[in-house]
This record gives sequence, C-alpha cells and structure tokens, in this order.
Amino acid sequence: MSLGYLERGYLEKDELPPFPSEERLKKRAVAYIECPQPIPCSPCFESCPSNAIEMKNINDPPKVDYEKCTGCMKCIRVCPGLAIFMLRLRDDGMGEVTLQYEFLPWLKKGDRVKLYNRKGEEVGEGVVNWVLPPERNDNTSLVRVEVPAELIFEVRAVKPVR
Amino acid sequence: MVKIEHGRLQEHPIVDFKRGKEVTIYFNGQPIKAYEGETVAAALYAAGVRVFSRSFRWHRPRGFFCAIGKCSACMMEVDGIPNVRTCKVYVRDGMQVRTQSGLPDAEKDVFSIFDDVIDRVFPHGSHYSKFTTSKKARDFMVKRMRKFTGFGNPPRAVFQGKAEVEEIETDVLVVGGGPGGMSAAINAGKYGAKVLLVDENPFLGGQLIKQTHRFFGSAKERAGTRGIRIAGILEEELNNIENIEVRKETRVFGIYNGEAGAYQRLNDDEGKLLRIRAKKIVVATGAYERTLIFENNDLPGVYGAGGVQTLMNVYGIKPGNTGLIVGSGNVGLILTYQLMQAGVNVAAIVEAMPRIGGYFVHAAKVRRLGVPIYVRHTILKAIGRKSVEGAVIAKLDDRWQPIPGTEKEIKCDFICVAVGLSPTHELLYQAGCEMKFVPELGGIVPLRSKFNETSVKGLYVAGDVAGIEEATAAIMEGRIVGIHAAVTLGYGGEEAKKELEEAVREIEEFRSGPFGERIVNGLKKCTLESEVVS
Ligand SMILES: Cc1cc2nc3c(=O)[nH]c(=O)nc-3n(C[C@H](O)[C@H](O)[C@H](O)COP(=O)(O)OP(=O)(O)OC[C@H]3O[C@@H](n4cnc5c(N)ncnc54)[C@H](O)[C@@H]3O)c2cc1C
Ligand code: SF4
Ligand code: SF4
Ligand code: FES
Repeated sequence: MSLGYLERGYLEKDELPPFPSEERLKKRAVAYIECPQPIPCSPCFESCPSNAIEMKNINDPPKVDYEKCTGCMKCIRVCPGLAIFMLRLRDDGMGEVTLQYEFLPWLKKGDRVKLYNRKGEEVGEGVVNWVLPPERNDNTSLVRVEVPAELIFEVRAVKPVR
Repeated sequence: MVKIEHGRLQEHPIVDFKRGKEVTIYFNGQPIKAYEGETVAAALYAAGVRVFSRSFRWHRPRGFFCAIGKCSACMMEVDGIPNVRTCKVYVRDGMQVRTQSGLPDAEKDVFSIFDDVIDRVFPHGSHYSKFTTSKKARDFMVKRMRKFTGFGNPPRAVFQGKAEVEEIETDVLVVGGGPGGMSAAINAGKYGAKVLLVDENPFLGGQLIKQTHRFFGSAKERAGTRGIRIAGILEEELNNIENIEVRKETRVFGIYNGEAGAYQRLNDDEGKLLRIRAKKIVVATGAYERTLIFENNDLPGVYGAGGVQTLMNVYGIKPGNTGLIVGSGNVGLILTYQLMQAGVNVAAIVEAMPRIGGYFVHAAKVRRLGVPIYVRHTILKAIGRKSVEGAVIAKLDDRWQPIPGTEKEIKCDFICVAVGLSPTHELLYQAGCEMKFVPELGGIVPLRSKFNETSVKGLYVAGDVAGIEEATAAIMEGRIVGIHAAVTLGYGGEEAKKELEEAVREIEEFRSGPFGERIVNGLKKCTLESEVVS
C-alpha cells in the first residue's frame, strides 16, 4: 500500500478515486469523495438515502456509485473530514464545485473567491453562485463556486478575495 | 507582557461566546478587565500576561501549559492564598492576584540575574548538604530559600468557610463527567441503577467542551455532530433519567474499599466533604497532556494543544498571532484547523515520524489552506527571552538524529505541543488496581476484564483513563461498563444482557481497522490474567 499521501497531506493525480464519466457530470452534480484511508468513520454512508455509498464496515473507505448518486448533498452536510465535493459540468463549458466552508466572513452568492488546489496553491478565481447558509447546517456552510471546467478536479478550497 | 492584536475573539464561525458581566481583578496591584465565567489564567492571558511564574531554581519565566489544572505552571497567590492554580479558579470582582515567585514579580524578576552564577555557588543538590551544621542555621536558610524561590509564602488568608460532611449511598458512583463518564452513568441509570456522577469542573463534558469540530465514528455515536454539541446531548440524556444525580465542582480525592471521599464546592465560602458508599465505582477521569524535550521548552508560549483549545474555544481568547504545531496526530491537525477558524495563522506542522500520524482527511483540510506539514522533522528549540518569538526546526535522519545544515527558523509567537496524552490514573493506583505500562494505550493503565472491570472488584474504567483513544470509544466503553455494573447489581434482566453483548461487539468492530490495531495490541497486554484463555 502506498503511503505517499500520508507524507504529503494531499492526494496526487494517481491516488484520486475514479472520475465520474463526463456524461454523468453533465447530468447533475455528483458526490466525489476523497477519503482513501481506512478510518473508523461512516456518517456519509449512513446519511445517503440512495445507497450510493459503498462501505463494507466502518473502517472501509467510502466508494461512490456515481450512477446511483442523485446529488442530494446529504453526505456533504455531515462529513467531518471535509472530504466530499459535489462536482458538475455545465452545458456552457463551465464547471461547478461545491465544498464545505467554516470560516469568517461567511461567503454569499456573488462573492468572488480565490481558488486553491489540494496543496494550497492558488489556481485562479471563481464566483460563488449558491450557498447553503451556515445557520441551516450547524455552521458548516456549503458553497458552490463556478470554475473553469478543467478545474473541477483541482479546486479544493476557496478564500474570499479581499 | 506582549502585544497581541485582539485578546478576545469578538466573533467565531462556530462558537458564540457568551461572556458574563465585566469585572475588575487586580494583578500585582494593577487593575485588569475580565468577564465572569473566565478563569483567572484566561483573563490574565487576554490582558497580555505571559509570565505566570518563575522556575524554582533558575528563575526562568514560566507560562501556563495545560489550562486544565494538571501541570501547576500557573500557580499564583489569589486573595492571599498561595499556590492556587489560576487556570482552575474563576474571576470575581475585586480579586487580588499576585505572582509568587520573583522580585518584585514574575514578569521582571531581579533574581534571574543570578541565573549565571547560581550553579557555581549552589550546585544542584547543595541544599541537602549545606547549612546542616545546626538546626537553627538550617531552619533559617530553609526559610530564606523558600522565600527566594517563591514557594512558601505563608497563607495570608485562611479559609474561613464551613465544611460539612455528607454521607451518600448509591449503586454506582461515576468519577468524571466527560463522554466516558456520562455514557457510563446513562447506561447504568437507564436500567434502574441509582447513579451519582461527579465532576470537578463546574460543567460536564470533559474534553468535549473545546471540540468545535464534527466528530468521526458512526452516526449512532453521533459522528458528524460537533463535539461541543455531543456534550450537550449527553447531558440532556443524563438529566432525563430520574435516578441519576449529578454533582459538579466535586472532586474525588480517594477510593477506599468501595467508598470514595470527595470534596464538593458549594460557593466561595462553603463546601462539603462527601463520603460516598457505592456498590460499583466507574473511574472516567480522562487524561493529561504530555510535553516534549527541546531547548527552552519551558518558555511561556510553549503550550499543550489542549491548553490552547481551552483558551480559544472555551474562553474565546486568541493564543497569539502565529503558531507552530508539533505533532501531526489528530489533535495537532484539528487544532491547526481550529486556530485558522479563529483567525490565527499556523506557520507549519512538524512531525518526527515519516508520515502524518492522524487521519489523512484532517491533514488534507489544512494542507489545502496552505499549511506546510514537515514529516521527519523535529523542533530543536524555542527562541525568545520572556516568551516565544520563534522556533528552530530540523530534518531527522533514519536514526532520528537532526541532520546538521537542515535547521530552519520559523517565525511564530506560540508553539503547541501535540504529542499525545497520558491517562489520569492516580485514583486507580491509590485504590490498589494492578497497573501496567502499555505504550500503545498512552502510559500506565489498569489491567481490566473485557467489561473494563479492574483487578479491584466493582471498580471499572472507561474512556481515556483506560487507554488513550477518542470520544467515540469513550462513549462505547462507558456503555459497556454502565450496563455491566447494572446487570451485576441485578438490574435490566435479559434485555440488558443482550445490549451488553451488542456493545462489546460494536467496539470490536470499531477497533478492527488500522487505527484500532494499536489499541487492540495494547489491550492484549493488559487483560486480566483470569480472562486470558491459553
Ligand atoms: C484536540 C482533540 C481533538 C479530538 N478529536 C476527537 C474526534 O474527532 N473524535 C473523537 O472521537 N475523539 C476526539 N478527541 C478525544 C476525546 O475528546 C477524548 O478521548 C475524550 O474526551 C475522552 O473522554 P473521557 O470521558 O475519558 O475523559 P475527559 O473528556 O477528559 O473527561 C474526564 C473528566 O473527569 C474529570 N475528573 C478528572 N479527575 C477527577 C476527579 N478526581 N474527580 C472528579 N472529576 C474528575 C475531569 O474534570 C473531566 O471532566 C479529541 C481530543 C482532543 C484533545
Ligand atoms: S449526494 Fe446524496 S445520493 Fe449522492 S452520495 Fe451523497 S448522500 Fe448519496
Ligand atoms: S464521512 Fe467523510 S471522513 Fe467520514 S468516511 Fe465519509 S467521506 Fe470519509
Ligand atoms: S495547572 Fe494551570 S496551566 Fe496547567
């Protein structure tokens, strides 16, 4: 077993879970889970109403069946690891990434944000086009940002543009 | 004193700090603003005080470390009473607080100029050999020395209050109101056992009250819910069971053949001595933080990770502007994220092992926000005169030795040591439990049965005191001991027995992954002889 990501603190390309098909990404948002290590944790699995997350026991890393996932976002609301991202490709050539956000100032629709990859490197700017406000989810806000389509597997953090 | 941007956090993404009434306390005669509900140490810290005491021998400046009453680095004279742990007493209007070592005070201690010569005049241990010619000379010198070192200021005030004795009988006594203890009380109480739960703090929740993050584990153990909320949920469950009594600010000081002695604080002037006769006793006293050896590790600004969490998440006080985290276990990783949530920068996380010790997902959260994680690195020293101004880290070779030339200076104004916890086992020792050093479980732990009963019959352990694990495991263990105590007292019948089996099965499954492997190995080493099937 490669422990590369445990030396670095981020996943390299070849360590990522399989990508959903382009067709699926275009249909509607899909849950993409970056949680490769066996840890005793299962709220994502327990919260999924569509049985789209496979987990043999509490230590088994989650695997998403992209065809079963309806994009309902139940799992991303509760994941303590902030390891779930909702991804979508739009028809206009842009992409969307939804992530959990727990910092002040809270982000609002229309805010411009800096985009960061898994290593914390800035990869561009994007616009927030939807949020689940913090008070609706015990202070974990969900933030959806519009990003260039090729960045949906890159952008993993955002910070407000000051 | 140091300058910090903002002593108290005005807003926070997760916690809504409810501060009490504004009061004034006096620190070495100077008025300091504080809020009711804050500890003296927290209020002083918010006001910029960093030097809390001076060391016994070298007059080195010392700051707080643990913030939960376990390290004694914060002792001062409060309202005339010396050696009070200021992190355990709450502010009161008009309170007089003085540092007790150093002249004129700990901050500017003139004695510290003797640091360089003291070892030549009084080499280490010389107080045992010098001035022994006559009793008079010795008495005289001992007094002087105690004064010089600041440890013996005779009490100017004597406790004037009342202390009555109360005798209590109960089925189950639970010592400690963290997740382990609360779960034990709930599970014994729900089957009808009469339970008394005591905790030395004025609140329940133990370590949970500073954990603002969502928990791992299974939804049944409330994973996905924030630690601070879990404390509230458990407390509500406790309160809903009639046959459970809870006493806060009650510290158990000894266990003697099925009886426990405790002191309950009622108010500033009143307390009660409790003699508790219990058929079963559950010890769930948690753990304390370890430190690490490096140059200047006693400098104010070197804190335990939990100490910083307490300051920041309980009292809403910023520990500083930029921190360095030593240790990449879950505690270090979570703390890093929480510091960033409070608007504090984290310069880096250093880890001596070749890989991150905690969960990858916790590391990924802070890595993507730009915090570097240096594995195979260690801290060589802290820099600073009266408080931390920086640190030097270096890379380690395969034999854990720092590689010359790889030293790097990190700018930071505090350092968090997150290198693990050790069980708070004193009561168990005192009660006569058979103990054993088991590194996998974090230190000295009691031998126990699979239901967590120790070698002393009727005495159980649950949570971190049984072995350092986490809150989910503490809750699961609490469930097992609670039900087992109830069942063996004749409560609950078949239903309880069935639940007990299920509880044992669940914790086994929980520990079946790679993170549980260590625990399982540790447990094998401290299973009671009678249970070992050869
Ligand atoms: C930074 C950090 C992050 C963590 N993250 C997680 C996580 O994500 N998931 C998870 O499951 N766990 C997590 N944990 C671990 C978890 O908080 C602890 O394992 C858990 O709190 C242990 O519970 P406990 O009941 O054994 O002890 P504690 O919570 O320590 O409670 C012990 C209680 O006993 C009281 N006490 C002690 N001695 C006496 C006495 N003599 N008389 C009366 N009362 C006494 C103390 O005041 C205290 O309230 C984390 C811990 C830390 C420090
Ligand atoms: S988004 Fe909904 S359907 Fe998809 S994996 Fe998450 S919980 Fe399941
Ligand atoms: S809830 Fe999040 S951290 Fe836990 S297993 Fe699922 S994806 Fe991983
Ligand atoms: S005892 Fe007060 S800081 Fe440790």
